Amino acid sequence: MSENLMSIQPSMPKCWNIATKPHKFCPGCGHGIVLKCLGEAIDELGIQERVVFGCDIGCSLLAWDFFACDTIQTHHGRTTPVMTGVKRAVPDRIVIAYMGDGGGYAIGSQHLFNSATRNEKITAILVNNTNYGMTGGQMAPTTLPGQKTETCPYGRDLENDGYPTKGPEAVAAITPEGAYIARGTVAKPRDLKKYIKKALETQLNGTGFSFVEALSGCPTNWRTNAADTWNMIEKKMTEFYEPKELKVPGKEG
Amino acid sequence: MAEKPITGEKKAFMTGNEVVAWAALCAGVDIMYGYPITPQNEIMHYWTRLVPKHGRKFMQTEDEISAGFTTLGGVMAGKKAFTATAGPGNVLMQESMTMAEMMRIPSVVVVQQRGGPSTATVIYAQQEVTMTTLGGNGEGFRVVYSTANHQELFDYTIKSFNTAWKYRFPTFILGDGYQAKMRDSVVMYDPEERGIQMVPTEPFVGKPGCPGQDRAPTHLRNTYNIEEELEEVVLQYLADYKKMAPEIVEYETFATEEDCDILLVSHGIVSRAALAAVKTLREQGMKVGYFRPITLRPFPVKELQKEASKVGKILVAESALGQFNRLVKEALYGMDKAPQIVELFRPGVGITDEEIMKKTKEVL
Repeated sequence: MSENLMSIQPSMPKCWNIATKPHKFCPGCGHGIVLKCLGEAIDELGIQERVVFGCDIGCSLLAWDFFACDTIQTHHGRTTPVMTGVKRAVPDRIVIAYMGDGGGYAIGSQHLFNSATRNEKITAILVNNTNYGMTGGQMAPTTLPGQKTETCPYGRDLENDGYPTKGPEAVAAITPEGAYIARGTVAKPRDLKKYIKKALETQLNGTGFSFVEALSGCPTNWRTNAADTWNMIEKKMTEFYEPKELKVPGKEG
Repeated sequence: MAEKPITGEKKAFMTGNEVVAWAALCAGVDIMYGYPITPQNEIMHYWTRLVPKHGRKFMQTEDEISAGFTTLGGVMAGKKAFTATAGPGNVLMQESMTMAEMMRIPSVVVVQQRGGPSTATVIYAQQEVTMTTLGGNGEGFRVVYSTANHQELFDYTIKSFNTAWKYRFPTFILGDGYQAKMRDSVVMYDPEERGIQMVPTEPFVGKPGCPGQDRAPTHLRNTYNIEEELEEVVLQYLADYKKMAPEIVEYETFATEEDCDILLVSHGIVSRAALAAVKTLREQGMKVGYFRPITLRPFPVKELQKEASKVGKILVAESALGQFNRLVKEALYGMDKAPQIVELFRPGVGITDEEIMKKTKEVL
C-alpha cells in the first residue's frame, strides 16, 4: 500500500468522537459496524445535538467516549432504566440504550421487557454475539444450541441450559402498535442502518418503544478466523435468528 | 416556576409519608420514580395525587433496581428527582446508589425502615442503618439524615436536596415505619420564604449546544482501566467528603452541660424515647445526658467524643442488634478513656422511655 493511501482517513460519521479513534474493540468485532450504522443514522436524521447515549457494561462499555454525543456509562443491565429515567425527565432528548445480549436478555431483561410493555419512547440497541465477550466468553442467553463456550464447554445443552433468547420476537409480542422492532446483522450494514434509523424515527415520532438487535461476531472468544467468523454470523446465527423487521408502526403485524 | 404549593405556614396533622410528599413538592422536586413497598407506599400515593396540580411527574418502575437507576437518569438530565423505599427494596437500590457515589450523582432516597432480615415485618425497625450508611461496593460516600419526627421529615427532606446538589453525594432520609404511618403535627412552609435558598440543579447531559461543535461532549463513566487511576478518583472523593463533613454534621444534646454519669445515645425515633427518659430521670435527680446524631453519615465523631469524655457509661438504645452501636464504637475509638457501653437492643421492635429508664437505673 502506498504511503499516500495510508494517509487517507477513512470516512467516519460526523457524530463520532474522532479523538477516540481508532476504537478499542477487538479486531473483527462487530461493535464498530453497529456503531457506524448508528452514527450514520444520527447524522442523517440531524439529531446529534439531541442525543443522549447510554452504554452498558460488557464490551459495550468501550463505547463510553465513542460519540461526540453526551454519554452515560451505566451498570451491567441497567442502561435501559437509566435512559428511561432521562427520557421521562427530558422528553425532548433522543435517548439510546446500547447494550449486549447479557445486559439486555439476562441481567437486565426485566428492564428491557418492562420498558417495552410500558411502550417507553426510547431506542434500545442490543448487540448479539452469542456470548459474554468482556468477561471471557461465557454462555449467554443467545448462545446457540450446541455452541461451546467457557461455561458450556461441551456445547449448550438445551435440557440443562435452556433455549436461546429470541429477543426481538419476545419484545414484538409485548409491544403495542406504534413500536418498532427489528433484527439486523453486521453482515448487512445497509439494512442494519435502515433499521436503526427507523427505530430513531419511531422515537422522534413518539409512537412507541423501538428496539433493534444486531447479529454480530466475536472472533476473540469464538476463536475463529475471518472466514469462520462470517460463516457463524451469516449462516449459523441466521438459522436461529432471522434478520427482519418484526414490527413497524402503521403496518399491521 | 409554577405557583408555590404552600405560602405562609400551614399547620397539619398527617402521616409521615404524606409529610415527605409535601416536602418534596415544596423542595421543587420535578419527578419521583418509585416501586411499591410497605411502609413507604403512601409517599407515592400522596405524590401522585399532588403532581397533576403542580406540573410534576411520577413514574412507577418494574422494581427498585429500576427505581434507583431511573432516578439517576432523571438527576443526570438535570431534574430534581427522588425515590423512596424500605427493607428489601433498599437492598436492591444499593446498586444504583454505588453508581451515584462513583459518578457523584445528587440523588435523594427516602428510606422508611421495616423489619429485617429478609421480608420480616412491614412495621418498623432501625435495621437499615448499616446498609444505608455503608451499603454497596464502595466507601460509603453518602449523606444519611436520621429523622425523629414529622417536622424533621419535612425539614430534612427539603434539606436533603440541597445537600445532594451542593456536594454531589447521594443523600438519604432514614425514617422508619412508625414515622411513615403515624399521624403527627407538622408545620409546612415554602423554603424560600424561610430564607432557605434552594440549590439550583443543572444537567449532566443534554446541555445546550451541539457536542463536538459548540462544546465538548459529556462522557460520564464509572469504569476505570488501572488501579492508580481509580485510587486517584476515590481519594479525591474522600478529600471532598472530609471537607464537607464538618459543614453538614448535625446532632442534638440535652442536659450534657450539667454533671453527667451516663449518656443516653440513640438516633431516629428512639431518641424521642431517650429524650423523654432523660427529662424524667433528671427530675428524679439522676445525672443523665442525651446525645443524638442526626447525620449518621458523616457521623458527629468529635461532638460525641466530647460528651463521652465526661461520663463513665454510655447507654446505646436502638431497634436493631447494634448497627448504630457500631457507628458509636467507631466514633469512640482512640479516646484516652472511652466510657463503658451498655446495650439496649430491640431488633425490629419499638423502645419506650420506660424501658430506657429501667435500663438506665439498673446500670447507674
